[in-house]
Amino acid sequence: MGSSDLAVVAEGLRKRYGDKVALDGFDLSVPRGTVCGLLGPNGAGKTTAVRILATLQCFDGGRAEVAGYDVATEAAQVRYRIGLVGQNAAVDEVLGGHQNLVMFGKLYRLGAKAARQRADELLDRFGLAEVGGKPVKSYSGGMRRRLDLAAGMILAPSVLFLDEPTVGLDPRGRNEVWEAVRALVRQGTTVLLTTQYLDEADQLADRVSVIDTGRVIAEGTPDQLKTKTGGDRIDLAVHDREWLALAARTVEQLTGGTPELDEEDRKLSVRVANSDTSLIEVIRALDAAGVTAEDIALRRPTLDEVFLHLTGRRPVGEEAKAEKKDKGRKNGKKDAPVAESAGAQEVNA
Amino acid sequence: MTATLDRPAPAATGGGLGNVLTDSVTLTGRSLAHWVRNPATLIASLAFNIVMVLMFAFLFGGAMAVPDGGSYREFLMPGMFAMTMIFGISMTTIAISTDVERGVTDRFRSMPMAPAAILIGRAVADMLFAVVTLVVMMLVGLAIGWRANGSVGATLGAMGLILLLRFALIWVGIFLGLVMRGQEAVAGVQTLEFPLGFLSNAFVAPSTMPGWLGAIAEWNPLSSTVTATRVLFGNPGWGGDSWVVANASLMAVVWPLVILAVFLPLAVRRYASLSD
Ligand SMILES: Nc1ncnc2c1ncn2[C@@H]1O[C@H](COP(=O)(O)OP(=O)(O)OP(=O)(O)O)[C@@H](O)[C@H]1O
Ligand SMILES: [Mg+2]
Repeated sequence: MGSSDLAVVAEGLRKRYGDKVALDGFDLSVPRGTVCGLLGPNGAGKTTAVRILATLQCFDGGRAEVAGYDVATEAAQVRYRIGLVGQNAAVDEVLGGHQNLVMFGKLYRLGAKAARQRADELLDRFGLAEVGGKPVKSYSGGMRRRLDLAAGMILAPSVLFLDEPTVGLDPRGRNEVWEAVRALVRQGTTVLLTTQYLDEADQLADRVSVIDTGRVIAEGTPDQLKTKTGGDRIDLAVHDREWLALAARTVEQLTGGTPELDEEDRKLSVRVANSDTSLIEVIRALDAAGVTAEDIALRRPTLDEVFLHLTGRRPVGEEAKAEKKDKGRKNGKKDAPVAESAGAQEVNA
Repeated sequence: MTATLDRPAPAATGGGLGNVLTDSVTLTGRSLAHWVRNPATLIASLAFNIVMVLMFAFLFGGAMAVPDGGSYREFLMPGMFAMTMIFGISMTTIAISTDVERGVTDRFRSMPMAPAAILIGRAVADMLFAVVTLVVMMLVGLAIGWRANGSVGATLGAMGLILLLRFALIWVGIFLGLVMRGQEAVAGVQTLEFPLGFLSNAFVAPSTMPGWLGAIAEWNPLSSTVTATRVLFGNPGWGGDSWVVANASLMAVVWPLVILAVFLPLAVRRYASLSD
């Protein structure tokens, strides 16, 4: 692939803060018009990579090009072609949504009239037209994020950077943001998205790079990665401890995977290499065997499981924090409407 | 959510002087819009200053001996004017550090705008507010019996000196805003304002303070501004034998320039180091 087909190129990027190495030979190439997911635990270097690519941060080694321009020597050119949506919604809380977009539009030098027009368009487009006059501090998390996205879209950038765009959002807010991102991609914007959640990468990204301690340790389509890490999992809890062995046998027959048992909590977990094995089939088989499932759910492997698989260890850094953030996000399934995904696939017997 | 959007064409590109100006105007406008949206902050700030004046004028006023047997309120006001400029520092600090913390500064930095405008816009907005504050304070002063007894030129000169001090302090505020984070930092700056304001000749004669404290008070930049403006307003003041008191009018210009020469480059360097 010629370099002109690549919207983002990073070669051997290095960055240290004092003794702390944040990026340690980071490589990435993102073809134009695609969505690249940068997946990694806390402290992996995701934000550092995005900040360097968005011309916000100096770096110690390597080189990077965005939209065909060098981020170090042609920063001004890069800035005309990127949008940045950082880890926290970078909008003015006191001003209204419309005022925010007009201000950013003027700073992009659209001129007052064009800036106002653009603000109207974007508010409309991101479903914020009705609240455009209200101060941003009255917005919900999802609305703020969408305004943030809108601000990043003022010049319709060729490359959009999204740093953990759905952190702290409820399923509804997450869905709103995902929808907005998809709409941008349809117009040909290249997106580099960082996330700690495999299901988010799965929802949005064409390709995923897994980053750990400052370097990319695996790369591929979400499906390739999932296959690499053993695909989706079914978690199942039974009412009686005696049923566990029977349930395990039944599930093993159906899926071909060896379930991991948790006698204490009467739970088992099994990889479903072939994700076509549906939850319904498992429930039917269990039913036929006379086992009542107390709780059963199909889920993506967690980032921890991916890491365990790729590196043979749990992610370094703030594991506890990563796990906490991961709670309640285990039921996402591709193509399912996200608003319902929290409960839709969980069947309580 | 399906309509396609064309890429709008920016009108002007590059970081030339014209663009610094345009972007500074945009960001000053942003602060003005804040005032309209959120007048409570400004009113609180003005109210604080007015309460200070009333407290000193009516509560402590009787207990204070005024030099040359002059009017206490005439003596009081120049000190109050300069003091409000000191208490403006935290406003600047809060505005700057909030933007850095929220990522708004990063957004600006990722845009093709003139970087200088981010700091200039802040400085201009804060200067506008300083002018409003000074005018309100002068009106309050007039209401309680303070008078500017000098010529119009002298009065304007005094106002200029007070605002010059504020302009220098804005860069202290910007620097601190770039260095410090969070509520703690704000509290830190606010506690700094008190000794800076009170350890001066605004209320008490430095000659009545213990030797070293008196020297600090005399050399406090605020004291030079206060002494110089008392002269220009024709209000009573302390006098004193030290060089810095004798040359107060000179020092009222020199001090702000020194502060500027130190803190403007520091602030700019600190801003540039956001990318380290
Ligand atoms: N300004 C800084 N000063 C010192 N160390 C830093 C700084 N920024 C990041 N680091 C360190 O560099 C490493 C990479 O940080 P980075 O923020 O890029 O990770 P991340 O993948 O974005 O993590 P998170 O998921 O928590 O956002 C971390 O170990 C972090 O502690
Ligand atoms: Mg991060």
